[in-house]
Order: sequence, then C-alpha cells, then structure tokens
Amino acid sequence: MPHAPAERVHKMYSEGGSFMKGMLLGGIFCIVATLLSSFNFGHQQHTDHHNHHHVNAPSKEELLRLPEHKRIELSQNIRVYCVILVEPKDLAYWAAVRETWSKHCDKAEFYSSEEVKVFESVSVETKDPWIMLRKALKHAFDNAKDHKWYFIARPTTFAIIENLKYLLLNKDPDQPFYLGHMVKSGDLEFIELSGGIVLSSEALKRLVGVLGDSSKCPEQGRMIWKLPEDKELAVCLKYTGVFAENAEDTEGKDIFNAKSVNSLINEAMAQTPQEVAESCCSDVAVTFNGHSPNNMHVMMFGVYRLRPFGHKFHDSLVFLPPKDSDND
Amino acid sequence: MAMMSSGGAFFLGFIVSTCTFYLFPMEAPLYKNLHKLDMLVPSMNNLKVENESLNWKVGGPALINLEHPHLKAGKDSSVADDIYNKVRILCWVMTCPSNLEKKARHIKATWSRHCNTVIFMSSIDNPSFPTIGLNVTEGRDQLYWKTIRALHYLEQHHLNEADWFLKADDDTFVIVENLRWILANYTPEVPIYFGRRFRPFIRQGYMSGGAGYVLSKGALQRFVEGFRTNVCSHTSSVEDVALGQCMEKMGVQAGDSRDSLLRETFHPVVPEILLAGKFTRSLMYRIYCYYPTVEGPQCCSDLAVSFHYVSAELMYILEYYTHHLRAYGYQYRYNPRLPDNYTRLLAH
Repeated sequence: MPHAPAERVHKMYSEGGSFMKGMLLGGIFCIVATLLSSFNFGHQQHTDHHNHHHVNAPSKEELLRLPEHKRIELSQNIRVYCVILVEPKDLAYWAAVRETWSKHCDKAEFYSSEEVKVFESVSVETKDPWIMLRKALKHAFDNAKDHKWYFIARPTTFAIIENLKYLLLNKDPDQPFYLGHMVKSGDLEFIELSGGIVLSSEALKRLVGVLGDSSKCPEQGRMIWKLPEDKELAVCLKYTGVFAENAEDTEGKDIFNAKSVNSLINEAMAQTPQEVAESCCSDVAVTFNGHSPNNMHVMMFGVYRLRPFGHKFHDSLVFLPPKDSDND
Repeated sequence: MAMMSSGGAFFLGFIVSTCTFYLFPMEAPLYKNLHKLDMLVPSMNNLKVENESLNWKVGGPALINLEHPHLKAGKDSSVADDIYNKVRILCWVMTCPSNLEKKARHIKATWSRHCNTVIFMSSIDNPSFPTIGLNVTEGRDQLYWKTIRALHYLEQHHLNEADWFLKADDDTFVIVENLRWILANYTPEVPIYFGRRFRPFIRQGYMSGGAGYVLSKGALQRFVEGFRTNVCSHTSSVEDVALGQCMEKMGVQAGDSRDSLLRETFHPVVPEILLAGKFTRSLMYRIYCYYPTVEGPQCCSDLAVSFHYVSAELMYILEYYTHHLRAYGYQYRYNPRLPDNYTRLLAH
C-alpha cells in the first residue's frame, strides 16, 4: 500500500478542510462583491433584469439614509410630465382630469385624436391608438427633456402624483425604468395603460430610438391582428432591453391599479370582511382606473383634503399645493 | 487515484462557492431585508384592530373601546390620543333587526370603532350583535318613540361614561375624530347640541336626523327632564323636528358646527352630490339650510364629520379615503389648531 490508512484519512481531512476554507472564502468574497456593487453602481441588477419584476417604494430606512438637504432637493427636483391620451368621446372624463389630478403634474399635456374646441390639446391627427401613443411619446421626448419622468394615462385613470414621486425618489432616471401595473400575457409582460405607465428618461430615449425601425417597432404593429397599444409598447421596449416591472409598497400591495376603488373594495368585502379598508389597497396608491367623472371629484377630496384631526405624518418629502386650485 | 493537493482543494472550494452564490442571486434577500423592519411594525398594529375581542370590552349591549385604534404606524397621533380622553363620545346607532346584517354590521366594522363607546339601538334585544331592544315596533311613525326611549336609556345607564352623545342612522358615516375637534371648544355641562342645522319649523332651527346629531351631557339631562316635567312629549313622529322642539323648549342651544372657514361639517347626503352635483343650487336645499349654502369644493370642510345615505360599499370607501389613502408629503392648505377652550377640558 502506498500510504497507511491513518495517513490517508488525515490527508483527506486536510484536503476537506482546505476545500471548506475555500468555500468559505468564496462565499465571503461574493457577499462583499454584491454589497460593493449595490452601493457603487446601484443598478447592476438590471443586467439580471428578468429575475427582478418588482419595484418597491422606498422604505423609511432607505429615505433616512439620505441627508435632509438631499431630501428637500429631491422633492423639488423630481419632475413628472403627464401624457394623457384623449378622444372627443372622452370629453366628460377629460374635463374631470383637467380639474383634478392633472394639476399636480409638473406639466400635463393632453394628446387628442383630433382638435377639440373646448379644451387645449396637442392633436396627433389619428384615431389609431398605437400611432397615437407613438406620436405622443415622440412629442413628449422632443418637448419635455427637462422632465426626467413620463407618466402616461387615459382620462379614466386617476393618479396621485405625489405618491408617484415618492416611489421614484430613489430611482435614477438615467436608468431604463418602465413601471406600472404589470400583466403577463403569454410570454409578454407589459404595463396596462389604464393603470398608468411610468417611463424614465432613459427608457423614453431608447423607445424613440427604435420607433423608426420598422422591423422592430412598426406603425402597423408586428402582428397580423392589432395588438392593444400597451402591448405594442412593451414589445418595442423589450427590443431596447427595457422590461416591465410591477410596483408595490413596503407591504407588497400594488401601487398602480387598473381597477377602481369601488371594485377593489368589493373584492375585499368578499375576501377579508373584517378588514376591508385596511387590506383593499395601498395607502400610497398612485393610480386607480374606471371612476366616473363625479367620483374623481370625490377622490380629489378624499386624497388631498379629507382626514381625521389629530394625526401628523413625519414624511421625508415636502410637496406644496398647486397654485390656482381650490379642490385640493 | 490521484489525490489533490491542499491548495487545489482550496481553489476548488472557492470556485464552487462563487458559482453557487451567482446562481442564486444574493441581492433579492438583501434588498428585501431593508423592508422587513417597516413591515413588522404595521403588522403588529393591524393585529390589534382586526381581533375585536382584544380591544373591545363588551359591557352589556355596549361596546366599550379599550384602546383608540391606531391604524397605521409611522405617524404621530399624540393630539388625537389626548383629545380622545378629553372629549368622550358615546355613539348610538339607530337600526332594526332586518338591517343588522345589511347595514349595521358595516358600521361596526368601520367608523364606530373610533367612538369611546358604541351602542346599537333596535326594537329587539340581540345579545350577540349586540343590540338593545327599545320596546317599540319598527316603522317611520315609531322613529321619535325610538329616540325618546334611547335617550332615556342613555341617561339612565350611561350618563357618566361620556361627555357627548351622538346619534347616527345605520346609513350615516361619521368621522369621529373631527367631531371631537368641533366639540373640544365646549364643556359638556353646557346644554348645547350640534348637527347639520336646518331652518324651517323651529325658531332656532333643528338638526337633521340623517346627518347625525350630538347632544352634550347637559342637553341629554335637559331632554329627560323635559319629559319628566311634561314640557316635552311625543308631539310628532318626525324625529328630528320633534327633538328640535324639545331642545328649544328646554333651553338647549342649537350650536354652529361649521369649521373656522364657515364650511359645513355634517352633511345630509353623500359627498358626490355635494362636491360634483348641482344639488346645492336647488331651492329646497337653500331654504332648508340654516346657513348660506356654498356650491363646489367649499361646500364641505376638510374636517368633515358626517355623510348620509351611505351604502355599505361607500362606508368602506370613505373609511379608506379618510384613514388610509393619502398623498405622501403633501402639505394641506387648511391647518386648523385646537380651539381656545380646549385647555379647560380634563382627561378621563
């Protein structure tokens, strides 16, 4: 025998020990590398994008890591450009949106299929929803570069822009973000337009870059049949490496909703009857969809005015009421 | 069999470990941990609210709130807590056996949790809901009898438990914290009552039944005294007008419940009608309202107290709008302080 059994066992132990030490050092190396990369680059996770489909609102811990002057600066500097796609038949909703939530956008522009006498809008001169969306986004890109975030909605959507800014606070607009209420349809993950679509500066830039490429992003759509415009958008963005992400609050509730509060409350009444208002929806929800124009006025009152006396929130951001408005 | 050297084994272990960690992304658990702290605190508070038996003591048919529900962590409720102990409100809800499951149940699950005590008044005793049976039959013509019996019951059994006694229908939604803010300017011994003030029939006006009205302890005592001395009696079945008559006869003042910008707080209809409709232009409404009516958003105070004709679904929607949904970081336009006379009140 080349070695005595005792010697062989001893050798195995020392090799096993070395192996374990190697594993341990490898593990520590990986943890350190991950921590370093998440601090320095912050978005390396995007290369591994298809593993992360959820974007969260910042937690208190994250916000408190930012110094006070930085938080105030951010409150004032984060600017949202709202793109609202309308048609003449939407006039009642259009009016409600003008009088309610759109006043809280830094700039709101209504893109209409045709010019309408009653309200100002940018006419895109087409009834085709996908072409409308393309033209509106191109116009937004050309005219509103100083806004770093773009929010796209229908007039049946109600949005709370302050909560949108809270969500976006710790996100870099020079990274590609495409957020909202995500839906999976076969292989395609897309953001539902009625629940509001959020695009960062970089995402919009990439989209505009591919709009001219008729092999990737044609005007007539890629299928023989017409896909809804929010799906077409997802396909084009995918070509540029931008993927849809669902947004949730710190309790895991959806922040963007393609349904109305009434609808969600009714669901909660059936599923969790002992805590309906607590469980139906997020406290910092950004969107709901499907409210009547009258109900939008009620929601405006409910969000910006109605509250119980005697509670103070220590929020890390400060948003002032807009000028020339009396229903908030 | 070729034996590896120690160095080779070490190197192999390092490679295996590195590959393992990159196959299962580390970032997800690290990122999620940041949120765990935030999630823990709200869930602890949620426990207290959802498990009824933990924070409600059943005192006969009355539900006595042992702890003011804090529905969310991360906010400073010290002012609300202080007022809670100094302006004690007993809420009594007018209902009937056929409405317990349809309507009263939703009040139990929403706004009544914010009262210091809540009692559901019906025509039949129901120990499990619980409700009190007032020894009347049901029907519109019995409404004032129900009120008379209810107020006598409260004066007899609950007079010292509360400073103010709020009446609501089973389709009234109330924001109790805002009611406390209004009442904080008054001491409960003073005979006064508040609600949505209507002008017709009574010289000092009367309070709409559906929008809810609240009597001070002094007012409750005067009401009962009025019946004892036959100054007051069952004059009609129109409950709110008849009560208003007794109040005037007994020298109970009809108070002004408007906020510091003179906007109404008690409302006889749902918010949509006042905020979005043209209802406020109707002649009938303008005749009835004691104070000048306002159309549009200034119809209603930010610190609204009540709405009427509220369906079950709308109860939960209003609870969500009032106590949950908000615009993060938003600085309200209207920021009233506690009223001047608040310092006179004592905690219980």
